[in-house]
Parts: sequence; structure tokens; C-alpha cells
Amino acid sequence: MTELLIVLAKVLLALVWLLCLTLFLTWVERKESAVIQDRIGANRASVFGLRLFGLFQPFADAIKMMFKEDFDPSFTRRFFHALAPFLSFFCVAVTIAAVPFGPAIRLGGRIIELGVADLEAGIPFVLAMLSLGVYGILIAGWASNNRFALLGGMRGAAQLISYEVALGLSLIGLVIAFPSLRMSSVVEFQGGLLFGFLPRWGILLQPLGFFVFFVAALAETKRVPFDLPEGESEIIGFYTEYSGLKWGLFMMTDFLEVIIVSCLAVTLYFGGWQVPWLGPDGFRFPWGGGWDLPRAAVVVLQVLSFNLKVLFFCGLQILLRWTYPRFRYDQLMDLGWKVLVPLGLLNILGTALLMGLR
Amino acid sequence: MMKTLGYLGAIVQGALITSRHFFVNMGRHTLTFFGLKAHQPGAVTIQYPEVRKPIAPRHRSLHRLVRREDGRPRCVACMLCATVCPSECITVEAAEDPDPEVQRTASRYTIDLARCCFCGFCVEACPEDAIRMDTGLLEAAERSRADLLYEKEDLLR
Repeated sequence: MTELLIVLAKVLLALVWLLCLTLFLTWVERKESAVIQDRIGANRASVFGLRLFGLFQPFADAIKMMFKEDFDPSFTRRFFHALAPFLSFFCVAVTIAAVPFGPAIRLGGRIIELGVADLEAGIPFVLAMLSLGVYGILIAGWASNNRFALLGGMRGAAQLISYEVALGLSLIGLVIAFPSLRMSSVVEFQGGLLFGFLPRWGILLQPLGFFVFFVAALAETKRVPFDLPEGESEIIGFYTEYSGLKWGLFMMTDFLEVIIVSCLAVTLYFGGWQVPWLGPDGFRFPWGGGWDLPRAAVVVLQVLSFNLKVLFFCGLQILLRWTYPRFRYDQLMDLGWKVLVPLGLLNILGTALLMGLR
Repeated sequence: MMKTLGYLGAIVQGALITSRHFFVNMGRHTLTFFGLKAHQPGAVTIQYPEVRKPIAPRHRSLHRLVRREDGRPRCVACMLCATVCPSECITVEAAEDPDPEVQRTASRYTIDLARCCFCGFCVEACPEDAIRMDTGLLEAAERSRADLLYEKEDLLR
């Protein structure tokens, strides 16, 4: 019974964390783009005259979206048209289950992992769920019975499947270098030291792999440099026929993907919840000396570091989204198949050679 | 592949430009927020209803009918403004003025702001300097089109 309650609480907390961060990210996106472009950004939404830099804007947006008409065109395949946004949302949101937020803590005689489900095959699970997200786009495009939507859906399918290959290849190198597919073991492993003084983070073991992973993951989020499925200015994309909260779900899925990609990048390449040189009982610096900390403080620091790293990567992705123009379709395919896939293979080869020679 | 990787430098350069804008502007915003004086504002935005951009002296804003020293309108209903108006939005009705020096005055002077294109020809044509476009009022908006017919009383400011 208590086990069940603990699992339930974890699921709830993870979802709340994810959705709150999503709402916050819509605000960050508005503000960061504004600051990049020498503007101020949305700052008018207020509660009792309290503006707080427009922090209430996400709530205003959510309320607006809820009260908008959910228009249901007469020519759609109704069931699939309604199913697509939920499928899309679910496939992305469920991947948060595999992400470890912090180390295992001991609470009242129990050992509680700070993560919803510490899966044996965490990395393949996340990849599989992200690939399943393609179905949401394809079904949305097909069920809308609209040429532009279908075009967007097809583009989305082609793009996501191509970049899935590069993403998988980049992670194979990582899996060779790391001992496990389990996310928490990967993070534990990154707590060690490289050459005796550097934190053994994935980025230092797999710099090329991280490059391939990050570009492919950016394409997976289908945001601006890779937003061909949407292509706001040419075809409106797979959500042409969506409105109201269903469209809102698609938009939220985009932000969820940004968060998930940040979580993955942090967990696999930037040490997850590890803080450099912070062990279970305080800092142990390689140049000697240290700083003892109580266990609770260490856990708080580690969870905080995970959140900060995730926020940094979300910000980085938003920065990239507001920097680059959209790829042309053939350029996108070239980048995927002629650059990222060979680089991924090269990375596997190099990693395998290094591991074999060692 | 090598060609694509050759663009990598330019791609990084682009990201550096946007991040420079981000950090420089954030620094300026932070300085302004804590009441310190930033070298330049962090944004070029003018927060419109509260802050207004200064209007140039030659700016053509809402019309006004100029008064004589005794308070009566200067207009002598010569119809030059109504004639020159390309949008045909000025209607003037002439009447006799009790003052023998003036003889004619406008009993009605109507500008249909829904049609006015703010070209300023009426101001240039007026021999009496009776109409000017220097009120600085930019928000000539009404709920209905009929309300956009500004009468003499509305224009005498």
C-alpha cells in the first residue's frame, strides 16, 4: 500500500514538475526571444495590477486556449483527429518517467529513488517513446484530410525517422563507453573522475557523440531550424485543422520535447544530478581538501544542480531557435543522412577502438 | 559532409551574436531594474500608452480650427480647403458675419475623419491660417463612423 502511494506521489510530482516547467518555458521563450531582439516581450498580463515581468502570461494563454472554440471540421476522420494530439502529448510526457532527478534517498527506513521508474532499459525506452511520437504527427496530418496537413505530417515522419537514426547512433557510442542502459547507473558512473581530476561526464568521454546527439535531438523537437513539419510560413503543417485546446496540446508537446531533450542531454552527457567533486558526504577536491556537508544538503544540491542544468539547456535551445532560419528540405535530409549518420558511425568506431585498445 | 561542417563556424558565430545581444541586454535590464543607470536601455521598445514618442513639430496630427483674438473662428468660409481636399472630406457652410471687416464665416465646418488622409493640403491652402494640424492628438478613434464626423465645435480647440 505504501509502495503504491509512493509511486503515485512520484508520478504526480514528476508530472507537476514537467507541466510547471512547460508553462514557465513559454514565458522564457517569449522573454528570451524579446531580449535577443532588443524588445521587452509580453509584460501586460497582471493579477490585481501585479505584473511581475509578465509571469502570468502563461496562465492568460492557458485560459484563452481553454475558452477558444474547439472547432471540429466536418471532413476530418473524427476519432483519429481527436486522438492525435493526445498520442503526441502522451508519448513525450511519459519519457519523464525514466529520468532520474536525484540520488536515492533513505526516508523512514525505505530507499526511495528520486525518479518515477528506474528502468533497466531506460535509454531505449526514452528513444522508443520519442519515436512513437511520430505517430501523433502522422495521424494528425492524415486524419485532418487537408493537403497541407498531410504534407506536414509526411515531412514530420520523414524528418523524425531520419534523425532517429542519427540519435540512436550517437547514443550507441555512449552505451559502449558507459557500463549500463539504466539511467541512474549512467549518472552514478559519471560521478567518478577522469585522469584523477576532471568529472567523468559524458561530454568529456563523447564530445563528437554529444554534437551528433544534440543536433539530432534538436531536429526531434521539430522547432525552428528544423520546423519543416510545421513550416509556419510555407505550409501551416500538421496542425492546420486544429484549434483550441487540441492545438494547445501540440504546442505543449513542443515545449515538453525541449524539456525532455534537455533532461536527456543533462543525464547522459552532463552528469545528471552530479555536482563536480561532490560525493555522498561533501566536496572532495582533487587538489586536496574538502568540505563536509550533511546528507540532506548534498541531496538538495544535487537535485538543484539537475534542475539548473536542465534550465540551461532549455535556454540554449530557445537561443538556437531564435538564431537560425529554417532548413530547406533537401538540406535537412543532407544534414541527417550525409553528415550526422556518418559522424555517428565514426563516433562508434572511435569509441570501440579506444575501448578495445584500453 | 566537409562542406556542411565548414559552415559550422558561421553557425557558431550566429549563436554568438544572439547570445551577445541576450547578455548585453539582460545586463542593461538588470542595471535599470536596480535603479542604476545603464549606458543604453536594454530594449528599443516604447511602452506606448504610458510612454509616448515625442512628435516632430511638422507632424500632421488631428486638425484644429484656429480662433481670432476675440475667440471667434478665423475661418471665412472661402472653400479653398474643401476644394483642395483630395479625399473630399471637408464640408463648409457659409454664413454672414456681423463684423463688416470679416463679412463671411462658417456656420458649419465638418471634417469626415473616416475619409481624411491627413495630407495637410487644407492647411497649406488656407489663406487665413484658420486650420492647423498641430494638436498632437493621434488617437482619433470612435465607436461608430457617424462619430468620426468632427463638427466645428469639436475642431475648435
